[in-house]
Amino acid sequence: MAAVETVNGGQATPVRVRVKRKIFPAVGAREAQLVLSDVAFDVEPQSFVVLTGPSGCGKSTLLNIIAGLDADYEGEIDLGSGRDRMTYIFQSPRLLPWRTVYENIALALPDDDPRLKNIPDMLARVGLTDAANAYPERLSLGMQRRASLARGFILEPDILLMDEPFVSLDDPTAQSLRQLLIELCQRHPTTVIFVTHDRAEAVQLATRILRLAPGKASVVQDASVKLTTAERSDRSRVLAEQNRIFSAA
Amino acid sequence: MSSTGLNASGERLLWLIASLLSFLLLWQVVASIANDVRRFPTPAVVMETVSQLAASGALWTNISTTLVRVILAFFFAMLIGSIIGILLGKFPKADRFFDPWLVLFLNLPAIVTITLCFIWGGLTQTAAVTAVALNKIPSAAVTLREGTRALSRDLNEMAQIYKFGWWKTLRHVTIPQLAPYFAGAARTGLALIWKIVLVVEAFGGNGRGVGYQIFIAFQEFDVSTILAYALAFILIVQIIEFAVLQPLVARVNKWRR
Repeated sequence: MAAVETVNGGQATPVRVRVKRKIFPAVGAREAQLVLSDVAFDVEPQSFVVLTGPSGCGKSTLLNIIAGLDADYEGEIDLGSGRDRMTYIFQSPRLLPWRTVYENIALALPDDDPRLKNIPDMLARVGLTDAANAYPERLSLGMQRRASLARGFILEPDILLMDEPFVSLDDPTAQSLRQLLIELCQRHPTTVIFVTHDRAEAVQLATRILRLAPGKASVVQDASVKLTTAERSDRSRVLAEQNRIFSAA
Repeated sequence: MSSTGLNASGERLLWLIASLLSFLLLWQVVASIANDVRRFPTPAVVMETVSQLAASGALWTNISTTLVRVILAFFFAMLIGSIIGILLGKFPKADRFFDPWLVLFLNLPAIVTITLCFIWGGLTQTAAVTAVALNKIPSAAVTLREGTRALSRDLNEMAQIYKFGWWKTLRHVTIPQLAPYFAGAARTGLALIWKIVLVVEAFGGNGRGVGYQIFIAFQEFDVSTILAYALAFILIVQIIEFAVLQPLVARVNKWRR
């Protein structure tokens, strides 16, 4: 991969993840649990890495550690050149229900930020122009997720963390949101770390897949996805690649 | 608003009028049976007293004096109670330590706080307002503590990721979540405070205020004056409830489905 330059013209540096140990402490009758152990990988600038595995394998915990929301672990996270422009798109949209869609997006930016003027364009791109002044709870979950994507991308992030952002949607809605994500990433190239348990989704989006297993508390497989952009919208190609990657383990 | 909304509010008004008229009727009937204008005046006699008091200016002087005390006590009780409640909700260790204090003050009889305030502070406006506020602070603190404990961790993480900072977090994330608790404390607070203000005034009134007038009327067994002040005051508190508190609650809730 060719060297990627940062906004300031410097050399972009990778996200370095080194988690030696993450333990959920004992609560009541439940014993302490080792969630992550010796998880180490680098994420190259502008690559799309998917963390996958069954529920309970620690992938969301790992993402929270990378995001800086969970500081209770042994190890080190270095976000590299993208550290000042990191954003996180959560599993639930986490919009402020008492602020309109427009206000929710504007609040992600500092007051008087020049990017505020990009909001109408962004709303058009995610198909929410008519919902700009609506309160989030009056919208469908799919539309709330679009608003949450718009809020993430308005920051023009260098690092984008996503935690199962398309679960509990019907298939066509999820598919259209994946397409939207691909378009947004093409317009604004960014390093993505994406968590999902959906293998087809992983293969369709990722350039690289890291698989975690619950018993091991660590990365058990590190695979590159060998698909062109065009092939990613071809279901049979995606399925073949999915079989190639996940039968190898 | 839709036409059904107008019909619904029209119907509510009708019920209100019917309900109040039957109350007046009941009052009239009982007063006629009692047949003692001094100890149980009819509605007409009480209305006559109201208009006499209004004409002499006494009604408004006393009500405004009491209202100022209500507003001051309400403001300080809500402010201090909210700050205490939010701090206790945020810091569980402080909560564990101060919770018994809160229980103590919650169960302290109003008459005790009132007496002590007058003994320590003299018969002053400050002592009166403090005595009233002290009766409301603990319950406001308990309500806001509940609200603070229920604050969403998800939204706080969102604010952290999007670098809201403390002011933006307070204004757009925390206060909107606390607003329903604040509104609840305000409404029960107003109901409690205006009743306690009258007791405080009766106890340590310095010649003015509705409570003091009622105390004087009590010594003269002047039931008509007691009821006249009570009616006028109920009317004013209801106006505050409908014109200030309810629109505020509606505004705060307009985003709800």
